[in-house]
Amino acid sequence: MHPAASVIIFTTLSGIGLGMLAWLGIDPTPPTGWAAFWNFLLAFALTVGGLISSTFHLGHPERALKAFTQWRTSWLSREGVCSVAALSVMGLYAAGLVFFAKPIAPLGYIGAGLSLLTVYTTSMIYAQLATIPRWNTPLTSVLYLSLAIAGGALLAGRTGAAMALLLVAAGAQLIWWMKGDTAFADRGSDLGTATGLGDRGEVRSLAHPHTSPNYLMREFVYVVARKHVQKLRIIAMLLMVALPLLILVALPANLFVIALAAASHLAGVATSRWLFFAEAEHTVGIYYGMR
Amino acid sequence: MTDLPTTTDKKLGLVIDLDTCVGCHACVISCKGWNTENYGAPLSDQRPYGEEPMGTFLNRVHSYEVKAEGQAAQTVHFPKSCLHCENAPCVTVCPTGASYKRKEDGIVLVNEQSCIGCGLCAWACPYGARELDQEEGVMKKCTLCVDRIYNENLPEEDRQPACVRTCPAGARHFGDFADPESNVSILTAERGGMDLMPELDTAPVNKYLPPRLKDSFDDESILAPFLDPVAEETQGFMGWLDKQLSRLPGDTKTQSEDV
Amino acid sequence: MTFKQPTIDTSPKVSDEIKKTTCYMCACRCGINVHMKDGKVAYIEGNRDHPVNQGVLCAKGSAGIMQVNAPSRLRAPLKRVGPRGSGEFEEISWDEALDMAVGLLQPLRENNPEKLAFFTGRDQSQSFTGFWAQNFGTPNFAAHGGFCSVNMAAGGIYTMGGAFWEFGQPDWDRAKLFMIFGVAEDHDSNPIKMGIGKIKGRGGKVIGVNPVRSGYNAVADEWVGITPGTDGLFILSMVHELMKAGKIDLDYLAQFTNAPVLIDPDTGLFLRDDDDKPLVMDQVTGKLTAFDKKGVRPNLAATYRNAGKTHRTVMALMAEKYLDPQYAPEAVAEACGVPAKKIKAIAAELARVAFEESFELDQSWTDFRGETHDKMVGRPVAMHAMRGISAHSNGFQTCRALHVLQILLGTVEVPGGFRFKPPYPKPVEEHPRPHGKVTCGSPLDGPHLGFTRGPEDLMLKEDGSPIRIDKAFTWDNPMSSHGLMHMVISNAHAGDPYKIDTLFMYMANMSWNSSMNTRGVIEMLTDKDEDGNYVIPNIIYSDAYSSEMVAYADLILPDTTYLERHDCISLLDRPICEADGAADAIRWPVIEPDREVRGFQTTLVHLANRLGMQGFVHEDGSPKWEDYADYIVNHERKPGIGPLAGFRGENGDKVGRGEVNPNQLEKYIENGGFFVEHIPEEAKYYKPWNMAYQNWAVGMGIYDAPAPYLFQLYSEPMRKFQRAAEGHGDRQPPENMRERVKRVMDPLPIWYEPFEDREIDLEEYPIHALTQRPMAMYHSWGTQNAWLRQLHGTNPLYLPTKLWEQHGFKEGDWAKVTSTHGTITVPVALQEALNDNTVWTWNAIGKRKGAWALDENAPEAKQGFLLNHLIHELLPGKDDGMRISNSDPITGQAAWFDLRVKIEKVDAPQNEQTSPDLPPIKSPVGKGPEKLKWKVGQ
Ligand SMILES: Nc1nc2c(c(=O)[nH]1)N[C@H]1C(S)=C(S)[C@@H](COP(=O)(O)OP(=O)(O)OC[C@H]3O[C@@H](n4cnc5c(=O)[nH]c(N)nc54)[C@H](O)[C@@H]3O)O[C@H]1N2
Ligand SMILES: Nc1nc2c(c(=O)[nH]1)N[C@H]1C(S)=C(S)[C@@H](COP(=O)(O)OP(=O)(O)OC[C@H]3O[C@@H](n4cnc5c(=O)[nH]c(N)nc54)[C@H](O)[C@@H]3O)O[C@H]1N2
Ligand code: SF4
Ligand code: SF4
Ligand code: SF4
Ligand code: SF4
Ligand code: SF4
Ligand SMILES: [Mo]
Repeated sequence: MHPAASVIIFTTLSGIGLGMLAWLGIDPTPPTGWAAFWNFLLAFALTVGGLISSTFHLGHPERALKAFTQWRTSWLSREGVCSVAALSVMGLYAAGLVFFAKPIAPLGYIGAGLSLLTVYTTSMIYAQLATIPRWNTPLTSVLYLSLAIAGGALLAGRTGAAMALLLVAAGAQLIWWMKGDTAFADRGSDLGTATGLGDRGEVRSLAHPHTSPNYLMREFVYVVARKHVQKLRIIAMLLMVALPLLILVALPANLFVIALAAASHLAGVATSRWLFFAEAEHTVGIYYGMR
Repeated sequence: MTDLPTTTDKKLGLVIDLDTCVGCHACVISCKGWNTENYGAPLSDQRPYGEEPMGTFLNRVHSYEVKAEGQAAQTVHFPKSCLHCENAPCVTVCPTGASYKRKEDGIVLVNEQSCIGCGLCAWACPYGARELDQEEGVMKKCTLCVDRIYNENLPEEDRQPACVRTCPAGARHFGDFADPESNVSILTAERGGMDLMPELDTAPVNKYLPPRLKDSFDDESILAPFLDPVAEETQGFMGWLDKQLSRLPGDTKTQSEDV
Repeated sequence: MTFKQPTIDTSPKVSDEIKKTTCYMCACRCGINVHMKDGKVAYIEGNRDHPVNQGVLCAKGSAGIMQVNAPSRLRAPLKRVGPRGSGEFEEISWDEALDMAVGLLQPLRENNPEKLAFFTGRDQSQSFTGFWAQNFGTPNFAAHGGFCSVNMAAGGIYTMGGAFWEFGQPDWDRAKLFMIFGVAEDHDSNPIKMGIGKIKGRGGKVIGVNPVRSGYNAVADEWVGITPGTDGLFILSMVHELMKAGKIDLDYLAQFTNAPVLIDPDTGLFLRDDDDKPLVMDQVTGKLTAFDKKGVRPNLAATYRNAGKTHRTVMALMAEKYLDPQYAPEAVAEACGVPAKKIKAIAAELARVAFEESFELDQSWTDFRGETHDKMVGRPVAMHAMRGISAHSNGFQTCRALHVLQILLGTVEVPGGFRFKPPYPKPVEEHPRPHGKVTCGSPLDGPHLGFTRGPEDLMLKEDGSPIRIDKAFTWDNPMSSHGLMHMVISNAHAGDPYKIDTLFMYMANMSWNSSMNTRGVIEMLTDKDEDGNYVIPNIIYSDAYSSEMVAYADLILPDTTYLERHDCISLLDRPICEADGAADAIRWPVIEPDREVRGFQTTLVHLANRLGMQGFVHEDGSPKWEDYADYIVNHERKPGIGPLAGFRGENGDKVGRGEVNPNQLEKYIENGGFFVEHIPEEAKYYKPWNMAYQNWAVGMGIYDAPAPYLFQLYSEPMRKFQRAAEGHGDRQPPENMRERVKRVMDPLPIWYEPFEDREIDLEEYPIHALTQRPMAMYHSWGTQNAWLRQLHGTNPLYLPTKLWEQHGFKEGDWAKVTSTHGTITVPVALQEALNDNTVWTWNAIGKRKGAWALDENAPEAKQGFLLNHLIHELLPGKDDGMRISNSDPITGQAAWFDLRVKIEKVDAPQNEQTSPDLPPIKSPVGKGPEKLKWKVGQ
């Protein structure tokens, strides 16, 4: 898949933003006043920023409201609905904290739930796609959620939890990669099944339908060299987990140190997300002999 | 709703005969022509006269080679447009309801007025049957020429998809798969019509007829008796000829001196 | 949340109006319905009523809309202002342009008409352009047939009075076995596809003989991946097998062919009676009898002794020749790259289907001898072939061999077999001979092109030098019925046989894909003499688009597009007939040009009028016709016969022959742009011998009198040329040509290896290199079409597995390809279903930077390439330094497919640019827009 900046930014930022909101929602001693303001501002900024970025790849962003209508079937629609619900509920909750220094705990819990649900819906947009076997696994949701929760913990200043959760996320990421690398082959789709000619012999693409490229090839056929993948996976792991852990362990937990760890983590998640898309093989590639 | 209809009254679709498709691209361009002028926004082209031209097409023809051990490779031209799947994943993922499958005939369509161009339906389609138009920002796909097949401004015989009407080799057939007596159902049954990527459970309506078995002359010939020799050289041949001719009515003499 | 399925308009208005005319995205000439909205072209589809395409349309045809709006369209007459080849022009008015042209042409016509060479390319108005050239008085006219497929046309006409090309067709409705040789697409593009679909649809079999398995060969049930240039051998091997097995149609051979004709052993000519009629031995009377005498039973096995000479039949000579073990499958298998087993299997299958699946039609008919047959016997084997066999230097003989194979099986003009389309059948005798007698200020003594019957018809001057600039009808190529357009520029540049003053060309991209040795031709076109004048002094050219050739002319007479003009697809020319009917068609302006352009034929009328050319003006010098439409309607070749056969006579009710009908064009338009006259049932088969057909054809104006004839298995005209080479007669080939003429002019088909193979080191250049036409592109025209160029914007060189592995190629690699003449560097791709020793690419995809209103970085100009750079118009010339044309020695057909190359793997060049990479030319029309959103409705 083409690793479009808008979706990478979207999933990275809104994931961590929503994770942070969830943590804020369940915090038994939440910040209030200005502290709450800054905390929530950051979480909202990340989440909303991510969501806005996701509209950049739309052909008709002005019709975005229509995307809320199909929640019964569409994970994208559900994501929209959930995100609005999560943001509204957390907005109320935040208002309580910022303006009235009053935690309305049930709202917090509901908001936290909705936030994680939003992350889950996001993950399901990808995990539902049978066309992309690498994504088409419950592990994708585990990965998204674990990263959101770990990253959220980090931003929410729950350094202890963050450290543990980063390890969990790292585990999820490793397993996801491992499973992912064989997912396409495991699914069994190849030019033989794609053309129905497999029982006749080995099928090979002789020529593309057009010599000029097209939307499908641009969107779905993206090839990253193996050696780059390995390098990027290591970089992603280092930035996403190892470095933040090191920072948290080695340095005293202050705002600056957390920010540093979070920045590294975000860069790592972004790298992982780049790979998430770039490495994903779509069945369309089969038709172009380019898988 | 972007729920799929549980059943459709008709299952309209195409049968594509891989045994006769010569890969001429006629269907590709007539589709482009019809759909540029008709249903929805025109199918646009970027850099049409430039470096890397790139435009929207609803139907494209691939070329493959199939090679079995010990046999000559075969070339198969392979047209592909939307298969109007019964379990169309492209429809259920659509957040806006722009993508839908028609209850009456099973045609999968995009309502361009509702489409936000998110591209998710194209991600969900295993076959690469949807293309996001770069000028218009809406999703484009084969409409099964819904604006031809019922069009009362067209003569009856022309109420069929543009690509079917134009295919010179007669490799494309249009009809109702819900009707077991239809041309497409019969062809599918007789020729073993196939689904593409059946493992994905999309239940495509369109079927592909596999190429017939080829290159039987590469095996030992069963035809040898047709070539039993009557003669090995000229004399023998002329002798044989003479005999043959004398069997023709009215023969007397075959040689003569002077006249 | 409920979702309401949108209501959509399933009956939108399709168009305001449909205008029916004839497609010209290629030479197939399908009928089209042009849907108009607001006076603009909205959509083009096939015309269901049309005899050619019956409603279907190919990719090109459907893309016509993008041709008519192409930014590359020329906009006004152009006068060159920069050096030739720069592309620098100034737009001028039509008056200026015509003055300029007349200024060049008038003195030539008065003093030395041969100094004008007028050659036309892909047009279909040769009867008109020929008429123009004849009236101008130059002997130097031809269309492009000489580099196209004259072997096929001439091979067919000399053998059976008709040819494949688009002059005949398989009996698509009755054939059960269809064998197709060397065809990628052909002129009859849609009919062939429809026919293959039909045959396969009813479970018939298709055998494809082609080094490359694509297109028609991809759907063929049996693929014969033959080695290029060896079809003759393959075919004669099947002839060998069939004769050996006695699987030949004796009855057919005896009645309808010259197989029973007796040959004089001294001369090798036919034994003839006093009326000059070939003689056969009657089986009943045992007497020598004219072949066409009523009741004669020609004896195939006869011998006739007289004055110590034994005359034998053609059949006997054939037996002697083809039963020879040199034609045994085992003997030819290796050269052909086809296993002996397979050759035998195919021969057997031909025999099986022809004789075991034979059937009868309950239809009586009467032959030219006056005998009535109560049935028509079907032999459901049909064949077709095209440039794959004809574009070789042994192509004429190979085409003849193929026809001989068909005739032996009795499958020509019978149900299920191959059928002629009117005006064919038409034997050589009914065709003109070539003419070339020049009289200053007057028309030539007759039509330029024709069919030579022997040395007396050659176009040679007293001193033996060629009359024509292209050296057609000389000992180099005595039967060059279509001329040699590919030699014109080269000969004119060399001043061999003489210098010319003005080269006038039309619709031929001679500085690019239609020439061999493209770069060499470019140099010839721009070369200057010591005085700084161009060696070819003046070049006038008519194109409709900004092609590569435009840049090399001094004066451009811009043509309209095909939807903007009148055209006439005439029975006098290359009509659109079907085997069941005679048909012709027109084009007419369904839209008006929005530029200063004129239909080229109209421009020719205007020029002729200004030049006062006899055929075009009345005695008093006043013009007979204002424009081409006027000519189409009012010109009569002979009284009652004009360009169009339909709706003649004052009331438009006469067919074929009839007075001029001033409303003829309106009638055509009303009728969908065409006219068909069906052939009566009893006349549909056996046309060369069927009196019902012959009489019908006379009525149609196709012949003046019935002209039945025998198929010429043995070609007497060829024997006459051969005999001259053996030292007989007063016109003999020059010494250096003698052996060659003797060898190749065998009156019975032979095979010899392609010339290039003999002249070069095959160890060094072992690989065959070919081109194929993509079905969706027409030569260079396709490129300017925004839709089509996305299909074929680049072309790799396809390599078979053997060469691929041998050179260690991988996807994305590049190769240097070298012939004895040149080198190109190009991208490669693997094709497994390809002859082991052959590489190929699509024809005419590569483009010159700056042409066709494309961006200079267009893929066509960067990754696209032409194989033409490797092909020379002359043979290498190993020994004597005399270089002769790289053509068939009989017809002059350009031997495009004789090319041999070697291949080397190289690193991908910088920018992935193919080479040679010629410098850009300046576009006289600017460049196309950045994007297209074409919709003319609302
Ligand atoms: N390597 C290789 N080369 C080949 C061949 C091959 O097989 N291999 N094939 C050869 C053969 S058979 C042929 S016929 C030639 C074909 O070669 P050409 O006859 O040169 O064909 P085109 O490239 O189509 O060029 C025709 C010209 O006509 C112009 N044209 C198009 N429409 C119109 C119109 O309406 N009016 C006018 N006035 N001009 C118009 C086009 O712009 C173009 O410049 O190529 C030959 N070249
Ligand atoms: N779409 C489209 N249609 C066209 C044209 C076009 O440019 N585009 N051009 C028109 C013109 S001008 C012409 S002349 C016709 C030509 O029509 P075709 O004769 O079909 O033209 P080519 O593409 O040259 O095809 C030659 C075929 O012969 C094969 N071949 C080459 N050498 C040999 C051989 O030795 N033996 C055998 N058996 N096969 C061999 C090649 O692989 C190729 O498939 O097409 C006409 N129709
Ligand atoms: S038009 Fe017909 S033959 Fe041509 S590519 Fe399409 S399906 Fe194949
Ligand atoms: S082919 Fe693709 S676009 Fe068409 S219905 Fe099936 S999934 Fe949807
Ligand atoms: S691109 Fe349009 S049709 Fe496709 S899913 Fe998005 S909104 Fe629906
Ligand atoms: S049915 Fe219509 S829209 Fe679909 S591929 Fe054919 S022409 Fe195109
Ligand atoms: S074959 Fe195609 S391009 Fe040629 S005349 Fe017919 S429709 Fe037009
Ligand atoms: Mo040609």
